[in-house]
Amino acid sequence: MLHTVNKSPFQNSSLENCLRVAQQGDVILLLEDGVYAVSVGTAKSSLIEQAVKRHTVYAIEADLKARGLANLVKEIRIASYGDFVDLVEQHPVHAWL
Amino acid sequence: MAATGKKVMVTVRKAPHGSIYVQESIEVMFIFATYDMDLSVVFLDDGVLALHPGQDTRGLGIKGFMASLGALVDWEVTKVYVDRQSLKDRNIPENAIITIGKDEETDAPIRPQVRDSAEIAAMMAAQHSIVSF
Amino acid sequence: MKLSVLVLEGPYNHEASDSAYNFIQAALAKGHTIRGIFFYDDGVYNATRLMDPPQDDRHISKRWSELGATGIDMIVCVAAAKRRGITNEVLAPNIRISGLGQLASMIDEADRLVTFGD
Repeated sequence: MLHTVNKSPFQNSSLENCLRVAQQGDVILLLEDGVYAVSVGTAKSSLIEQAVKRHTVYAIEADLKARGLANLVKEIRIASYGDFVDLVEQHPVHAWL
Repeated sequence: MAATGKKVMVTVRKAPHGSIYVQESIEVMFIFATYDMDLSVVFLDDGVLALHPGQDTRGLGIKGFMASLGALVDWEVTKVYVDRQSLKDRNIPENAIITIGKDEETDAPIRPQVRDSAEIAAMMAAQHSIVSF
Repeated sequence: MKLSVLVLEGPYNHEASDSAYNFIQAALAKGHTIRGIFFYDDGVYNATRLMDPPQDDRHISKRWSELGATGIDMIVCVAAAKRRGITNEVLAPNIRISGLGQLASMIDEADRLVTFGD
C-alpha cells in the first residue's frame, strides 16, 4: 500500500492516524503541508524518525522547497511527482486527508 | 446479491456537520452501490463520529444525513466497518453506534461492524481503489 | 497505467488542485493515460470559467480546460455543482457536468484512483 499524507503533524493527526494503521513495509508519501513532518528537531520529528524503521518514507521535493525545508530526517527519500506516479503504479493508494 | 465487480472502498475520516464530507461521501456510497462493484465502507478517526447516537441537526437549520445513514443497508451498502480504536478514543460504546438498517427477517438492527486497525489495514490492501474523504 | 483522479477541494484555497495537476502532468510525461478527472465537494469550483486570478499566477480553470482539450474526460459532479452554483452557464471549456456514476466508471476502467483533497 501507498499512504499519502498532506497535512502538517503539528495541527492535524492524519500522519499519526496513518502510521497507526499502515502495515510494515507500506510506503508513506508526504506532500503539501505533510512535508513539515520530515524536519528534524521539532516536537513531531519522532513520528517520522520511528516511521522510517517500518516504512520507506518519501517527501515531495517541490513541497519541501516551497516551504524552505532543508534540515530533514536523513532516511527520507526526496521524490519528484514522477516518483509519486511510479509509486502509484506499484501500489494501491489511500489518501489520509 | 453477490458483488462481482472490483473491490472499491470508501473511507470516511472527518467529523460530521462541521464539514460536508460525511454527507457527500454517503451520496457516493449510494451511487456506487448501484454499480457492479464490491463496495465496502470504513469509518475511522473522526469519521466514527458520524455514527454517534442522538444526532439532531434541526437547531442548526441543517438537514443532515442521518436518515440516509440509516438506509445504507436498504441501498445494498452492507459491508460497513468502523475502527475500534477510533470509537474507544472518542468514548463511543460499540453497541451505541447508530444503525444502518434492519435485518429483513428478524427486524434486528444492523450496525456497522467493528474492526481492529490491523483488519482495516488488511482490507485496504485488498482493494482495487480507495476513495478517501 | 490508466489513472483516474478525484479532486475534492476548490482552486487556490487548498493545494489539492495544484498537487492533482502536477501529478497528472508527471503521469502524462511518463506515457500513462488519464481515464478521467472527477471534481467533487468543493472541487467543482475548479471548473468555473469566471475565475480571474492575477495575470502572473497560474489560471487553474484554464489549465484544466487545456487538459480537457487533449481528450481527457473532465467531469464535475452534478449534485455537488448544484449545491455550489456551478452550472453549464459558468463551466469552463472542455469540462462537463455529470453524475457520480461517472466516478464509478472512472474507477472501474482505471488501474488506480488517486484522491487529492484537504
